Amino acid sequence: MTAAARIEFREHPGWGRGFLTLAGALGLLVLGGLGGAHVMESEGHWVTGMSNRIVWGTPHVFAVFLIVAASGALNVASISSVFGRELYKPLARLSGVLAVSLLAGGLAVLVLDLGRPDRLIVAMTVYNFKSIFAWNIFLYTGFFAVVIVYLWMMMEKRMNRFSKPVGTFAFLWRLVLTTGTGSIFGFLVARQAYDTAVMAPMFIAMSLAFGHAIFLLVVMAASAGTGRPLGDEVVRRLKNLLGIFLAATLYFVAVQHLTNLYIAERQGVERFLLAEGGIYTWLFWVGHVGIGCLVPIALVFAPATASSRGAAGLAAVLAVVGGIAQIYVIIIGGQAYPLVLVPGMEAAGSVLDAGIAPYVPSVYEIALGLGGVGLALLLATIAIKVLPVLPESLADVPAK
Amino acid sequence: MTGAATMELTRRALLQGAAATVVALAPGVTLLLGPAPSEARAPGTPVSAKTRWGLLVDVSRYAEVADTVVEACRTENGWTGHGRPLTDPQWVRNVTLNDPRTGAVRTLPVMCQHCEHPPCVDVCPTGASFRRADGVVLVDKHICIGCRYCMMACPFGVRFFVHENVTGQKPHAPRGKGTVESCTLCVHRLDAGRRPACVEAAERKSPGAMIFGDLNDPNSEIARAVGRHVALRLRADLGLDQGVFYKGLNG
Ligand code: SF4
Ligand code: SF4
Repeated sequence: MTAAARIEFREHPGWGRGFLTLAGALGLLVLGGLGGAHVMESEGHWVTGMSNRIVWGTPHVFAVFLIVAASGALNVASISSVFGRELYKPLARLSGVLAVSLLAGGLAVLVLDLGRPDRLIVAMTVYNFKSIFAWNIFLYTGFFAVVIVYLWMMMEKRMNRFSKPVGTFAFLWRLVLTTGTGSIFGFLVARQAYDTAVMAPMFIAMSLAFGHAIFLLVVMAASAGTGRPLGDEVVRRLKNLLGIFLAATLYFVAVQHLTNLYIAERQGVERFLLAEGGIYTWLFWVGHVGIGCLVPIALVFAPATASSRGAAGLAAVLAVVGGIAQIYVIIIGGQAYPLVLVPGMEAAGSVLDAGIAPYVPSVYEIALGLGGVGLALLLATIAIKVLPVLPESLADVPAK
Repeated sequence: MTGAATMELTRRALLQGAAATVVALAPGVTLLLGPAPSEARAPGTPVSAKTRWGLLVDVSRYAEVADTVVEACRTENGWTGHGRPLTDPQWVRNVTLNDPRTGAVRTLPVMCQHCEHPPCVDVCPTGASFRRADGVVLVDKHICIGCRYCMMACPFGVRFFVHENVTGQKPHAPRGKGTVESCTLCVHRLDAGRRPACVEAAERKSPGAMIFGDLNDPNSEIARAVGRHVALRLRADLGLDQGVFYKGLNG
C-alpha cells in the first residue's frame, strides 16, 4: 500500500467571500497591468523610465523573476516524482500548477513590454536559430506543455505510472530552461556586467530559491485559506530546503563577482555595483545579500527561530523581496554602467556615452510588473478552487 | 518568411556574385566626388558579396565636420527628436574621448559599425536584424517585435528604440514606433550608386575627413588608406570585424 493511495485531493467547495475577495484583488492587479501596458503601447515607451541606455526596465525585472521562479516552483514535484520522496507527494500537484501560472505571469509581462506586442505571432513563427531568445521561446512554450502533461499524469489515476518518467523529463527541461534564461545575459559579450558563463548556474540557483520561497508561501496561504491542516514536518522540510537554496545562490553570486574582480578591465563595473553604485550598491548588499539571503538563512536555521512557522513565512517573504532586488541589480544596474568604446579612454559628449544612466521606474512599468504577479497568483488561486490540486489534509502522517 | 527571403537573397548573391558585378558604371558621380563607391546596382540585381562597404574616419580632422555630419544624416534620414536626449534617436553621434593620462581629446562619430559578425543579428529572435551580403546591417521594420535584445547585444550603443510616434518620415528610411532602428549606411543611396549622406557632406567641408568605399577592392581609396595607416576599430578585442575604421584614434 503506497502513501499515494491515501491522499485525497479535492477542489475547494463553495464561493466563499474570502475566495471572491482574493480573486477580485488579484483581478484588479491584472487590470492595472493591462492599463499600464496600454499606456506604454499607445504613448510609446518614452513615458516609462526606460531609454536608449536602459533598454530593459522594471517589466523585465518582474518577468525574469517570475520566469526564473516558475522553474523553481517545480522543485517539490521533482523531488516527489524524480527522487521518490513520499512526503512531498501531496504537494506535487500544487507545485506543477504554480510553475505553469508563474511562467504565464512572467511571459505576459515580457510580451506586453515588447515594442510591438501585436506581432507576437511573428515571434512565434519566424525564428533565427542563432538567437538564445528564439530558443527561449521554445523552452517556455515547451515547459507549459511538459508541465501540463505532467499534471495530467499525476491527476489521472490510469496515467499515474507515467508520472515518474514525465516528471524526470520536466525536471531536465526546467534545468535547460533556466540555463537558457541565464544565457540571455551570459552571452552578451558587449556588456561587462553580464558576459560570464557563471550566469547560467547562478540563474539555476536563484530559480531554486525564488520558486521555492513562493511555493512555501502559497502552501501556507492555501492551507490557511482552504482550512486544511498543515503539518509541522512539511513546513520544516520546505523551509530547510529554502535555506540551502539561498546559500547556493549566495555562493554563485560570490563566484560571479570574484571572477569579475579578477579581470582587470571589469573592475570599473564591479566597483560601481559593489561600492559606488548608490541605489544599486544598496540593493545588492542590503536588499539581496542581507534581506534576501543572510537574514532568511538565519531565520531558517537559528535555534531560536528554527521551529517557528511565522519565521519560516517571513524568511520566504524576505527571499522574494531580496530576489527582486537581485534581479533589479543584475538587469538595471548592469545597463546603467556605460559601455566602454575605447578601453582606457573616458567618453563624454553624449548622454548615450557619458556617466551612469539615470533610471526611475514609472508607474506604468510597476503596474505591468505587478500585473504579472497578479496573473500568476490569480491562475493558481483559480486552479486550487476548481481542480483537485490540494490534498484534504497536509497534516503530518504519523510515523510508519 | 522574410528570414527565408533574406537567406535566399544571400544565396543567390553568392551564386550569381560574378554575374552581378557586370553592371553599368556611373561615371558622373566618380568625376565629381572622387573615387566612387562603385557602380549602381541594376534593379532586381542581388546585392553582391564581392563588395564590402566600409568607412574610414580621420579622427585628427573629424572635429571640423562633426556637426555637419550629424546634420546631414538627420536631414537625409528624417530622424528627429523631441528634446529628450535619452529617448531621442541619434543614428550618428559625436563622442569626445579623453585620455586621462595625456589629457588628449578626440572627437569621433559613432554610428552602426556594420560588423562582419554582428552580435545584434545573432541575438535577434525573429531575424529582423540582418546583414546584407555587401556588409550593410539593417533592421527589417516589418518583423521587428521591439524586444530590444539587439540593443543589449550591440557593444556601441548605436541602436535606437523608437520611443514615440514618428512624423515626417522619408520614404527611403521608414521608421515605426516600437521598433528598433540604426544607421543604414544610406543603403538607398548605395543602391543608386551614391555614397552615404554624411560622407558627401564631410567631403564638401574637409575632403578626406571621411572616406567611403569597397574594402574588398584593393584599388579603392579606402582599402589603400586602411592598408597604409594604423586604422583602428572600436573594441577590436571583440573580433567583430567592423566596417568602420578610425585613423588617428591613438596618436
Ligand atoms: S555596430 Fe551594433 S548595431 Fe551595428 S552591426 Fe555592429 S552590433 Fe549591430
Ligand atoms: S528589437 Fe527588433 S531587431 Fe532588435 S532583436 Fe528584437 S526583433 Fe530583432
